[in-house]
Amino acid sequence: MDSGGAPASLRELRLEIEEFNADYAAVLDAGRVQDWPAFFTEDAIYRITGRENADADLPVGLVYCEGMGMLRDRALAISRTTMFAPRYLLHQVTNTRVLAVEPSGEISAEANYALFETLVDEKTTLQQVGRYHDRFLRQDGRLKLRARHCVYDSLIIDTALIYPV
Amino acid sequence: MPDSAPRPNVDPSFPFAWPAEGLTRIPDWVYTSSEVYEREVERIFHGPTWNFVALEVELPEPGSFRRSFVGPTPVVVARDAAGAIHVFENRCAHRGAELCRPQGGKATELICPYHQWTYDLAGNLTAVPFRRGLKNQGGMPKDFRLEEHGLKKLKVATRGGVVFASFDPNMPSLEDYLGPEMLRDFDATFDGRKLRLLGYYRNTVPANWKMYHENLKDPYHATLLHAFLVSFGLLVAGNKSAMVVDASGRHGTMASARPPEMPKLDAETKTQMRAFSDELRLAEPRFLDYVREFDSPWSVTMQTIWPNFVVQRELNTLGVRQIVPRGPNEFLMVWTMFGYEGDSDEMTRHRLSQGNLMGPSGFLGIEDNEAMRFVQQGVMRSDTDESLVALGGIEEGTSNHLITEAAIRSLYRHYRDVMGL
Repeated sequence: MDSGGAPASLRELRLEIEEFNADYAAVLDAGRVQDWPAFFTEDAIYRITGRENADADLPVGLVYCEGMGMLRDRALAISRTTMFAPRYLLHQVTNTRVLAVEPSGEISAEANYALFETLVDEKTTLQQVGRYHDRFLRQDGRLKLRARHCVYDSLIIDTALIYPV
Repeated sequence: MPDSAPRPNVDPSFPFAWPAEGLTRIPDWVYTSSEVYEREVERIFHGPTWNFVALEVELPEPGSFRRSFVGPTPVVVARDAAGAIHVFENRCAHRGAELCRPQGGKATELICPYHQWTYDLAGNLTAVPFRRGLKNQGGMPKDFRLEEHGLKKLKVATRGGVVFASFDPNMPSLEDYLGPEMLRDFDATFDGRKLRLLGYYRNTVPANWKMYHENLKDPYHATLLHAFLVSFGLLVAGNKSAMVVDASGRHGTMASARPPEMPKLDAETKTQMRAFSDELRLAEPRFLDYVREFDSPWSVTMQTIWPNFVVQRELNTLGVRQIVPRGPNEFLMVWTMFGYEGDSDEMTRHRLSQGNLMGPSGFLGIEDNEAMRFVQQGVMRSDTDESLVALGGIEEGTSNHLITEAAIRSLYRHYRDVMGL
């Protein structure tokens, strides 16, 4: 959708999604992974995959969650059982675009992201750049993600991608 | 340079001597030395070994090709018009350019972008622009023959839809190379069903490439490092398990059979395994279900096929991993995840869900990669110059329990022989 001619309501929607993404990033950047599932609907799909897979319609995900239970399990495993070196993460989410609003109210949107990672005794690195391909629903007046496909251009992951993006 | 001082009676051009204690010690220089690494490339990856290069499902029709690697060396895997698979170096015979740039695709010929030297899908040189010069000037010498300047070709073997290549034209058969113990578990995964490609993961690990083999020949770590396995009852010390080693010592299969129910652990075992927690519960434990589909007593087999290949059959999530060394201190891992043709949509989603265990964001994969990074940092930066692999005493070969490093010792017996160490 050409945002140049977008009506005021679509601009409002884009602003609302930008605020949503800023809150989402703030939770992950603070390491509050157990609060991350609350951004999703009960039946949400969440996937992180390389652009080579997305372009070839290959379904695999580095992270592949179907539904709230799997989102919570990932948050539980990362925060309670998984061993990894401590790190800071910082997301930058930009270029937000509202692509369509369905008659049902479901919103299709995308945004670019960059994820910076800082480990103890190491310089900050660019862990990955990619794009969110999102479907939003409004529940109780608030936006929730029904689907977030994080498609990264940085095909070679440095060692491990620990937290959700 | 080696980080231990050269010893007397050692070849001064290759000044490395194994610690006197033998196979219960691993000297740091096997992980850090450029000279050792160069000898590995020459004697192992470019020597008499079969190296994984592709799955046949990635080359679905005549003209299909993929970039791949044998050791650190870029190769092209291609299926010609008649359906035969060829593997050749990705290096133009003219000026050495890596000529095949896309990850894969379909073509009738490969053309070097620099000067448009043209090759068929068997790696034969078919055309050289201005070969006869222009207006009787220049051009290649009169005795230049196309057939003498093809791409360097490797020997090819396939089994069960898996493609291997070797720089050694005199390689024995793949079956002889793998041996009967390895073939049994290999054939359980590649059982004749056609594969369905699910996608790729790629990651680097800042560690020596051999550590990947060692990690999968080290059943001791599985219940200690991988708290997820323990917390959620997938693996506990005491499960039926085996660490199988082939006759040569270079290949291995780490295997375990999952009990049908969550085991009750006694107090002593729990105390030994700090990772165990009675309180953690999964919201969707079904993603760990094991759907029986293999002719094997094992629910998990992790097979290390020397020198660059891992076959992962972790319950129902299946994948192959290619190890691409990039110098002594880093390797690239290429994961190719698959299911089978005829899988229901539900089964595919089950495999994808279970895939959360593996890969560079997997509950287990994260921990393996982090642990190897920590070891490489330790061996590169410390003053100590060897590590200890004494679990299980001096035994080598196959074990039917987890608390042993016998398979690592078997690998290093083979390695020392090949490397002249």
